[in-house]
Amino acid sequence: MKRTILALLLITTLCFSFACERRNGGSGTNAVDSGGEIVVGYYGDLTGRTASFGQSTRNGVEMAIDEINKAGGINGRKVRVIVEDDQGEPNKAATVVSKLVNQDKVHAVLGEVASSNSLAAAPKAQEARIPMISPSSTNPNVTQVGDYIFRVCFIDPFQGDVMAKFAANNLKAKRAAILYDFNSDYSRGLREFFTRSFKGLGGEIVAEQSYTQGDRDFSSQLTQIRAANPDVIYVPGYYGEVGVIANQSKQLGIKAPLLGGDGWDSPQLWQLGGASLNGNYISNHYSVDDPSPAIKKFVADYTMRFNISPDALAALGYDSMRVLADAIQRAGGTDSAKLRDAIAQTKNFVGVTGSITIDKDRNAVKPAVVLKLQDQKFVYDTTIYPEGMTPPASSGASPAAGYPSPPAAASPASTAASPAPTRAASQPTNR
Amino acid sequence: MDTFVQQLINGLNVGAIYALIALGYTMVYGILRLINFAHGDVYMVGAFAGFYIALYAGFAAGASMVTLIIVLLGAMIIAAVVGMIIERFAYRPVRKYSRMTTLIMAIGVSLLIENIFVAQIGATPRAFPDFLGSQSQAPYRLFGNAAISKAQIVIFLVSIALMLLLQWIVFKTKVGTAMRAVSFNLNSAKLMGINTDAIISLTFAIGSALAAAGGVLTAQYNPNIDPLMGILTGLKAFVAAVLGGIGNIPGAVLGGLLIGAAETLVVGYGQHIGIASTYRDAVAFAILILVLLLRPSGLLGSTVQEKV
Amino acid sequence: MPTFVKRILGLVVIVVLLVALNAFMSRNGLFGFGLPYYYAELLSLTGISIILAVSLNLITGFTGQFSIGHAGFMAVGAYSSVFLTVYYSQSAEQWLTGLVGATVAQSLVFLGIVVFGALIAALAGLLVGIPSLRLRGDYLAIVTLGFAEIIRIIILNIDRVGGATGFRGAVPPWEGRPIIPLYANFIWIGGFAVITIVVVYNIVRSDIGRALISIREDELAAEAMGINTTRYKVLAFVISSAFAGIAGALFGNFRQFLHTNDFQFIRSIEIIIMIVLGGMGSITGAVLGAIVITILPELLRQLPGNLIHYRLVIYSALLVVIMLTRPQGVMGSREFGIPWLKRAQRQPEGDKPVGEKGVPIAQQTSSPAMDRADEIKPR
Repeated sequence: MKRTILALLLITTLCFSFACERRNGGSGTNAVDSGGEIVVGYYGDLTGRTASFGQSTRNGVEMAIDEINKAGGINGRKVRVIVEDDQGEPNKAATVVSKLVNQDKVHAVLGEVASSNSLAAAPKAQEARIPMISPSSTNPNVTQVGDYIFRVCFIDPFQGDVMAKFAANNLKAKRAAILYDFNSDYSRGLREFFTRSFKGLGGEIVAEQSYTQGDRDFSSQLTQIRAANPDVIYVPGYYGEVGVIANQSKQLGIKAPLLGGDGWDSPQLWQLGGASLNGNYISNHYSVDDPSPAIKKFVADYTMRFNISPDALAALGYDSMRVLADAIQRAGGTDSAKLRDAIAQTKNFVGVTGSITIDKDRNAVKPAVVLKLQDQKFVYDTTIYPEGMTPPASSGASPAAGYPSPPAAASPASTAASPAPTRAASQPTNR
Repeated sequence: MDTFVQQLINGLNVGAIYALIALGYTMVYGILRLINFAHGDVYMVGAFAGFYIALYAGFAAGASMVTLIIVLLGAMIIAAVVGMIIERFAYRPVRKYSRMTTLIMAIGVSLLIENIFVAQIGATPRAFPDFLGSQSQAPYRLFGNAAISKAQIVIFLVSIALMLLLQWIVFKTKVGTAMRAVSFNLNSAKLMGINTDAIISLTFAIGSALAAAGGVLTAQYNPNIDPLMGILTGLKAFVAAVLGGIGNIPGAVLGGLLIGAAETLVVGYGQHIGIASTYRDAVAFAILILVLLLRPSGLLGSTVQEKV
Repeated sequence: MPTFVKRILGLVVIVVLLVALNAFMSRNGLFGFGLPYYYAELLSLTGISIILAVSLNLITGFTGQFSIGHAGFMAVGAYSSVFLTVYYSQSAEQWLTGLVGATVAQSLVFLGIVVFGALIAALAGLLVGIPSLRLRGDYLAIVTLGFAEIIRIIILNIDRVGGATGFRGAVPPWEGRPIIPLYANFIWIGGFAVITIVVVYNIVRSDIGRALISIREDELAAEAMGINTTRYKVLAFVISSAFAGIAGALFGNFRQFLHTNDFQFIRSIEIIIMIVLGGMGSITGAVLGAIVITILPELLRQLPGNLIHYRLVIYSALLVVIMLTRPQGVMGSREFGIPWLKRAQRQPEGDKPVGEKGVPIAQQTSSPAMDRADEIKPR
């Protein structure tokens, strides 16, 4: 018995001695660029409840990196990515980012999709002074964590406001009902800002119902909404439920159009909802009608490589990596303070999800477009600009405003070409 | 009034699915005194089996009852086999151990099935093909705003047919008598010459087939299927079985319909008494706690004295 | 050496060890050497897991009541304590600093916060336990699962603790700390882990422990012997929930971020796997299980072949395989200890662990004829 104890103590001490490292007492010194390859860390939910989101984003990131490397790398340096799975849990997100910045010593971090995970992990990146770019977290708090945290998507307040304006001004709706995902920070955020704006424009919220991601039956909520007789129904949820909601609402005989956000954007949506989706509207990052060759190339390449058409998350993942690469190039290296400044100075970067400018709050300023769903396509309807952004001279007539679009060779792109949902997903309460 | 009728239709629709799954729970519990945690996942397996059958056979969406029946039968057979495999290799070896061991084993099997699916085919939801064409067809109007869709009618009819079939099997056939004998007392049945292992396997097979039917039918109404869809539905079906009296077949049906109706009505009208619609899942648990506290044998069950 | 001197010596050794480890894990290191942050974090998380596993073992392993709601009590403890940290601890600290100086004030305040978390969790345990513990094993499992989910949904609805966004600091318009401070260092975590082990160990070796084990073995017989089974079950449940609350409080103040997604069903299952792996009747088993299950995902990351994606498959396969081959887990009901710390280890009579091979717990009446039933083949 005594021998076993001794042996155990010896083993533990050995473990510790191998594991330890020198400390020089200073806290978080800035990572200095040492040349060599550029290491980027990516974290997301690859095996958990929202695995499809994390996997899509990762695919976008990987494709961007491959393209960059094929073109010779950034300033001649190749890029390598370390992919980590956080299983969709905020606790694990913090652990893996801590590993990426402290253990693997990455130069920058990309992630996460869900705001809750981003919020848990961002402090680790901030503390280690490593820039982090979130492709699709939309909660305003994420970038408030610190000056090293950025995002390339728009935030909830803007998107909710966009749809409210559209409903009130374009559709002339006075009565709106809301059906939102209770568990999802993204859905709740959109609901809050839609409500605020819609009421501010003189509208009335006549019914409000909620569901949980993973719910299979919405008929009782929809029946109650039907009884309130709204002009429009705002459903700021994800395509998995929205497809079914559209279906069930038609089966209940509801005539009011459904309005939504970029969470609807996925080829799966049509499979789930089919013809019942016709006549609804969503706000999104840009229009599929956009004939921009860059977008078509992205879609074609992605489809060929992954055997599935890209959804909005993949496109945002792709753009986040490209924004990072562009910043590294401008900064001349991966020195973290210089890199942070370079990212902050991103202006009118042409991504597949629109023209990206980073504002003083480290959020992306992009106009939003409203698209109408018709016959398995998202058809461009109108563009709504954020406050302080002036529309170009040819006001509103062109799709995908905000960045130069080639002459309208309008061949209708497939549905798959619509990218960019801003996700701040949460987990269902299935267990 | 028409809203209420609508909610009732919705509720009974959901309830019919719970009833189909609850039947499996109740039969297995009646025989083995085991809560088969993996049963909800068999429901999911059934839905996916139907999905892949349709995929490989090339069936696409279209209003065809025949394809639905083929897919339904195929899924039921596959699920029956899966159920028997689970019983043979996971439950039978631990039957002689303590109850906690079997319980843990059941949880383990449930998690294993779910996670193998997630690891292999991914957690992305798939869209089950719509054989009844309900995506494009208008519902049938009853009166006022109340409507019932073709899918809902089919779900009702098929569920009722399957339940009647089960009743016939259990009460009118020799095999059914054997099943009932085993549920009364396993050892006595063995002494009477009944091959209890075979009967147990058969029970699992039938229960799993019913759950699979529930899976395929539910996918007609809500085409969104994913590997984790069985967890919550399975739990609620278990509550339904308990509500009706676990071990009691008509009880399972009654329990399922009641849970479905309660859930839907609480979501629909609960706001007036301060219950948000997000407490939908909590309804089933609340009912469970009430039943277990007030009438543990369930509505139709009979109290069994525990012998020492 | 008289026992109490042994005990004081043991206490001193443990405290010194904890302080040294804590310094080792911190920024300045111990004599210039430190542990990489990643490992330090893992060590802290392991400490928290140990508290969870040992406390669950009390109710599930020793009392035989299968509870899948442990994550719910952890959540209660976490949120209630962090609520205090964010909204009330600053004023308390300032007030106390005037009296006893800054570091002592902070420690006292944190101690109060953890105790508060434990109390609220214990209260939750009482509320959940009283109706549920009347139920038999299988039903209890589902009911505790249900309660854990309900707790989670309720917390999700409270905006003041972050709701669906997560709890990072004070939520406007309420005033408080903008960021949760890193209160829980390894001294606290390690210290509470040791306390948990000692307390549970002592409970199990006492009369209360005997009552609990008798309940596990045969509840009816225990009742017949005059033991108020419900009272003891509720007691064990409340104690175990209190410790889960402590673990939650430490977790919240360590991670500096709380979200209900960290307290789902899968968390409760992880804790169950820990004690199943280690052996449900053994405290050392629980500790072992906690260490293995916390470190395992990180190990899987290092291995080639993306094994981490199969983490959950591995967990569930582990459960199934253990139940098939060695249901009593690694340690069974044995403990691993240092002889001079243990008194003579007396096992109560008939103390067979749960699920040990060859010892079936009778589900039906048995008689010689019944036992022969297995030999009869169907015609």
